[in-house]
Amino acid sequence: MGEAIVITSGKGGVGKTTTSANIGTALALQGKRVCLVDTDIGLRNLDVVMGLENRIIYDLVDVVKGRCKMQQALVKDKRFDDLLYLLPAAQTSDKNAVDPDEMKILIDDLKQDFDYIIIDCPAGIEQGYRNAVSGATKAIVVTTPEATAVRDADRIIGLLEQEDHIERPRLVINRIRPQLMKNRDTMDIDDITRHLDLELLGIVADNDQVIRATNQGEPIAMDPNNIASIAYRNIARRILGESVPLQQLQEENTGVFTKIKNFFKVK
Amino acid sequence: MNKRQNVTMKGTKDGITLHLDDACSYAELKKELNHKLIESSKSQENKLISVLVHTGNRYLTSSQEEEIKELIRQKKNLVVESVLSNVLTKDEAEKQKQANEIVSITKIVRSGQVIEVPGDLLLIGDVNPGGTVRAGGNIFIMGELKGIAHAGFYGNHEAVISASIMRPTQLRICDSISRAPDEKQDENSREMECAYMNEERKIIIDRLQVLVHVRPNISNLQGGF
Repeated sequence: MGEAIVITSGKGGVGKTTTSANIGTALALQGKRVCLVDTDIGLRNLDVVMGLENRIIYDLVDVVKGRCKMQQALVKDKRFDDLLYLLPAAQTSDKNAVDPDEMKILIDDLKQDFDYIIIDCPAGIEQGYRNAVSGATKAIVVTTPEATAVRDADRIIGLLEQEDHIERPRLVINRIRPQLMKNRDTMDIDDITRHLDLELLGIVADNDQVIRATNQGEPIAMDPNNIASIAYRNIARRILGESVPLQQLQEENTGVFTKIKNFFKVK
Repeated sequence: MNKRQNVTMKGTKDGITLHLDDACSYAELKKELNHKLIESSKSQENKLISVLVHTGNRYLTSSQEEEIKELIRQKKNLVVESVLSNVLTKDEAEKQKQANEIVSITKIVRSGQVIEVPGDLLLIGDVNPGGTVRAGGNIFIMGELKGIAHAGFYGNHEAVISASIMRPTQLRICDSISRAPDEKQDENSREMECAYMNEERKIIIDRLQVLVHVRPNISNLQGGF
């Protein structure tokens, strides 16, 4: 029986889809059977980030409406041997094409076949959000150090706390710009974690390679040397229950800082 | 007529107190009250007199109470000051109890959430920006207040707000609103503070300790120590 984790943020543009793709990829790299589910019906992106757009035949709405079997709609990622699949969102319908009950049945069905189901939630707190959380038992809240993103994350955590079937969400702070944070131009990691009162699952530095990888349709987590990739791989390890101690997180944190510094020096 | 009177009138220096018997029927009481008022209003001069009505152990529904008040008001120089009674309905008792109770909650009040209590609120946790706490009475926050707090929500201007760390977006007491200053303040001076309304109905923020002087009746400890 698999675990369904919803990746959500409230605000758009903080990196939910990138985080979903990379956590999914990193879990598959650890040998887990993973299914990525894109619930952003009408504005699908996850297939593009994964580079699987041209393989889509059926989508999530087709499965829910019984127009095809689940196996027909799942898109297999060729880079992995039968470990990573994507259930794409429909592009021609909207969020109301599916309701939370149907979604829960779909996710429960996927739990039979996969170790992890990573649900990419759309921005907002409306129907799309309700669909995305209905089948999940765990949640990861993604935020950036910006005040707007933190405010929306706070709102979404409040809503997640009202869902009895979801455990206490965990936090990923994305797109950290160490220099700004050091100058106190953005909230720092402690501020955000304390403000939102969540367990910190991981931090990801802002990195140009991530954008390049996204545009090429190859998740950054495939690259063993990139700092953001290592961050996503660490997140996956923590999801698997490996205890990466807090000190190590701090070290990793300073590691990120020095690496970036060195990077600029070399240039 | 030797019958026991159902309505007795007593003059005090503040006006008249009307004692209404609680054993007779309501219809009888109304009739007698009317008689009595007509009788006495003849003898009175044209000055406004305030009337205190005491209904003893009789329970008056709100419409009956209104009828009695109306009856008295019709006599041109009488004003009903208040209606007192020894009895309460369970509902009213429950409401009174709630309004005098401290409700304690451990929670982080997050953006978009509203917590409302009829009496005092003791919040063990923070109020995040965009979150709101409301209370009919006082608000005591053990954590950091970063959102909106509204004390004395039903019109109690004596209500106070206190917080371990006071950084609200807005404070409201009764019908008065004060907001955080636009310029950033230094971070350390906002600890253990309270807000109350002064005589000019302006919200004042001060050290927690001043409450001892400005709102001594928050204490409800019986006896000395």
